[in-house]
Amino acid sequence: MFKEKLSRRDAIKAVSKTALAGAAAGTGIIGAVGGYFAGSASIPRVEGVQTITRTQTVTQTVTQSPVTVTKTETAPGKPPIKIGFEVHRTGIGAVYGLWYERTTLAAVNLINEMGGIDGRPIQLIIEDDGTDPQRGVQVVEKLALEHKVDFILGALFSNVVLSAAPRAGELKKPYFAVSEGYHVPSGQLNRYSFQPGITDVRAQLEAIADWIVENLGTKITMIYPDYAFGYDHRDWFGRKARSLGATIKELIPIPPTETTFTKYFTKIPADTEVLYHVMVGPAVLTFVKELGEFFGAKRPELFGFVDSIEGVDLASPGLEFLEGTYFWEAFPRYLDGYDTPYHRFYRQRVGVNENGADVKDPKNVSTFSHMFSCWETLFVIKEAVEQSGYKNQTPADYKAFIETLENFRGFNEGIQHPHGPKIFVGALHQAFSHQFISQVKNSRFKVVHKTSIDSGLYESDVDYTKYPL
Amino acid sequence: MKLENRRRILTTHLSIILVLFLLQFVVPPFHATMLTRIMVFATYAVGYNLLLGYTGLMSLGHAMFFSTGLYTTGLTIYYLDLGIVEAFLLGILASFVISALMAFITLRTSGVFFLIITMIFSQVFYLTTLYFNNVTYGDQGFVLTGKLKPLELAGIIIDFSSNVVKYNFALTLFAFSFLLNLRLVNSAFGRILVAIRENEEKAEMLGYNTLGFKRLALIFSGIIAGISGSAYALIFSYVGSSFAFIHNSINPLLWTLLGGAGTTIGPLVGTGLMLYLIDFTSSLTPHYPILVGAMLIAVILGFPPGVVGGIRRRWLKWLP
Amino acid sequence: MNIEVAIVLGLLDGVILGFNIALVALGLSIVFGVMRIVNVSHGEFFMLGAVVAWYSVTLLNNFIIALIAAPLMVAGLAAVVDRFILRPINYNPENTIVVTIGLLFIIQQLVHIIYGPYSRPVTPPIYFRVDFPWFGYSGYKIIIAGISALLMVLTWFIIFKTKLGLYMRATQQDSEIAQAFAVPVRRVYVTALALGSALAAVAGVLIAPVQQAYYLMGLDALLISFMVVIIGGLGSLSGTLIAAFMVGVIDGIVSVFFSPTLARIVASLIVTLVLLLRPRGLFGAEAT
Repeated sequence: MFKEKLSRRDAIKAVSKTALAGAAAGTGIIGAVGGYFAGSASIPRVEGVQTITRTQTVTQTVTQSPVTVTKTETAPGKPPIKIGFEVHRTGIGAVYGLWYERTTLAAVNLINEMGGIDGRPIQLIIEDDGTDPQRGVQVVEKLALEHKVDFILGALFSNVVLSAAPRAGELKKPYFAVSEGYHVPSGQLNRYSFQPGITDVRAQLEAIADWIVENLGTKITMIYPDYAFGYDHRDWFGRKARSLGATIKELIPIPPTETTFTKYFTKIPADTEVLYHVMVGPAVLTFVKELGEFFGAKRPELFGFVDSIEGVDLASPGLEFLEGTYFWEAFPRYLDGYDTPYHRFYRQRVGVNENGADVKDPKNVSTFSHMFSCWETLFVIKEAVEQSGYKNQTPADYKAFIETLENFRGFNEGIQHPHGPKIFVGALHQAFSHQFISQVKNSRFKVVHKTSIDSGLYESDVDYTKYPL
Repeated sequence: MKLENRRRILTTHLSIILVLFLLQFVVPPFHATMLTRIMVFATYAVGYNLLLGYTGLMSLGHAMFFSTGLYTTGLTIYYLDLGIVEAFLLGILASFVISALMAFITLRTSGVFFLIITMIFSQVFYLTTLYFNNVTYGDQGFVLTGKLKPLELAGIIIDFSSNVVKYNFALTLFAFSFLLNLRLVNSAFGRILVAIRENEEKAEMLGYNTLGFKRLALIFSGIIAGISGSAYALIFSYVGSSFAFIHNSINPLLWTLLGGAGTTIGPLVGTGLMLYLIDFTSSLTPHYPILVGAMLIAVILGFPPGVVGGIRRRWLKWLP
Repeated sequence: MNIEVAIVLGLLDGVILGFNIALVALGLSIVFGVMRIVNVSHGEFFMLGAVVAWYSVTLLNNFIIALIAAPLMVAGLAAVVDRFILRPINYNPENTIVVTIGLLFIIQQLVHIIYGPYSRPVTPPIYFRVDFPWFGYSGYKIIIAGISALLMVLTWFIIFKTKLGLYMRATQQDSEIAQAFAVPVRRVYVTALALGSALAAVAGVLIAPVQQAYYLMGLDALLISFMVVIIGGLGSLSGTLIAAFMVGVIDGIVSVFFSPTLARIVASLIVTLVLLLRPRGLFGAEAT
């Protein structure tokens, strides 16, 4: 819960410089964004006009970014900062794991080019958790006890986060979820669990509910997977939508392993104005195809979540039915949805083209609305280390690190945070940000709305700062 | 059984437990946590082996027994604030109830039908944990952090967040199951089970109530599996549907066969081998599943009755 | 949308699904019946079919090739597996489980490396919409049913009208006696494995345009087909077919009435009841 008002600062200037293609009204950058690091801002503000020379040849045109980074040597003789990375290399999360790894490596390389963390190079240690809660715990133990890492960059899938984060807390290692799950801000984790790189699902839904109800309709039918991820949507969106005067006409849960969906569509009430869908998993293309076959030309408004098609090309055959429908995005897949020098720089370093696909093989689409969390989290770690004076893995150092991090009010937009500015709520250990709503136009996303950060802020009694270390 | 054999067997088994106890003082911290994990899952495998290796009944539903312990202990701590001991005991009780239920329902079938029925019942259990997700939190699960109240035994505070407590708790449970299993298989009960495994009709003709014995075996097997589930909740503080899913039924099957079905030490060896194999190869290459798969094939080609089974056949014929 | 329409849709989908399950289950039934082993990587052969279909459509712009290439490739793989892995362990059922789990890891990871973790769509060779009075339905799905039916007839022909099929049935009934009658059991085994795996692969090819090709899609196929084979009764191909349709249809209908998870629970319990009342399966000839 916010106790004080945040004051505006000239960081607003940097933020308002960013262009927002096709932005609708209501993007007012509020005072909240004026939040900045407690204490003096010590990140080098990087701007310039030179292009970075790439060491690889690319076959796809990559938008060159007018951002330079001054290469700085890491201080000789200083030991590396070891960051453990728990990643879904195999298992059902493998698509995300692939892109998380790439983004993380890009961020680590960049930070090391910039002189590392506190003059110390990052040594990244990667372990596969197989998208399995049981392995997740094992990976945390290995990173903490065998590799003796300083910090752990954590998982995406909520069940793995829930299994791994408590163990990290027991082993007293800061654990950074890169998930969008509600686990961290729910208070059920511990003082060492953070999510500063990406907004949680509750905040996302509270932020976009307004737009949906105002622009698409008030009679909403929800289709969601019959498990935790789906319930989050059912509960948080349902509550918010009802408070705005909308009615949830029908709830249609679908088993995650379902392969054919037509029979569920018969449950959609005829007077549905908005069909809210958040199906995930490999059957999503079938879902959309069958939706198209079912409705034909006359369909209600559709609102979906890019989670459904992370890693999937919008131009895939069978997705034609999505034309004209709307999606939530965390970070616009298409560059023109939020074109800033920092965004361009980020894409270039990670190796993603302006359509959100792999520059080396444009058939492979990235998980663009999630992977930025890894990049931004690493820079948050860097900031917190440098501001807290963290040196070794002593309890006192970790205490300083955690308390410094908890005192952060937010993060400025920049190469460290190309996704945009964030508010950080120390008590919740959670970051809040803009959300984007896009419309599918000619098999591309076209951003039509960007929410204010404020609109996602929710009330909560959780206060991690009171939890024991 | 020859007296010297009996002594050898007992010595071997006690030595194994002793070695496991001493290892915690010698090995690096990560391996201590690995051993903790191995001991919990080896307990699970020991229970599974009683049914598969000795009675000859292959089940694909043991995840149900494991999860009964896991959920009973986890839910009672989470919602009712029960103490560790009470929750654990309740876990054992629940495992007994479920095992007994299964014993009376499923043992009308055998062979591949038993395999399928146990698989289906386990699937139903899994779906039930998903269905009642407002209580169980379904696949996402819930954590027991901060809810495990420290015990006080003879003036010593036992806090389950301590690595030492976790290790020794796992060791105690494993030792208990290990020795119980040894006792069972080396008794008349065990010999009858083996007779049933080898030729059930003959055993019946000899006058044994094979159905009754199979039921007992299933109940013991289920209880031991349930104990390992309760232990998992207490040691790793996480309860979720993934442990009720079929992968967790295939695991003890794999560990048991790999280590040697029908041997007392096999489950421990198989579990340790598999867990370390995955851990070791995954740090070598991101494509480690290929190595793991190749190793599984190689081990079976080299040791068809499993590692310990092969050792028993070739060298140590007296191993139970 | 009223309940009758939902039921019809459920039925239709269930039958189509049943056809696909039937193919995979038929393959498993042949392997299981003749060789008495469970090939845990049977589902991976199904997945390989779908992946081959994707390559065929994407690289060669031709779906039909996959229908021939996939089963041939998988049959070849099966022959290799039989010769170098299964024969050395003498087709021991329990050990087969372990080694085929190992095989599953290898196949899955190879596909993960080469094809990727992405779920990719496969363009159907034909696309048309069949307009029923109450809803539109995919014409391609109906074609799946047709081709599947054809393959089942072909399989039936092989099993019941050829010498090879005779050998297979003999081996299934009693391999020792079959050997005494000079049935080349070893050759029968490898043929059964090849044939069964090829069926799974074709099923994968057929369903790819509907379900997409994804490297983890094998597990579900394995579990369902295994269940179907047992319910239908060992040694009964018709039993397998009937059970496949039952499973498909029950799944389709029950979820119209109940919430999906509850539907699955109920369906599973029904199946269990059937098994308990008829422990040999619906049409099982003898106990194993």
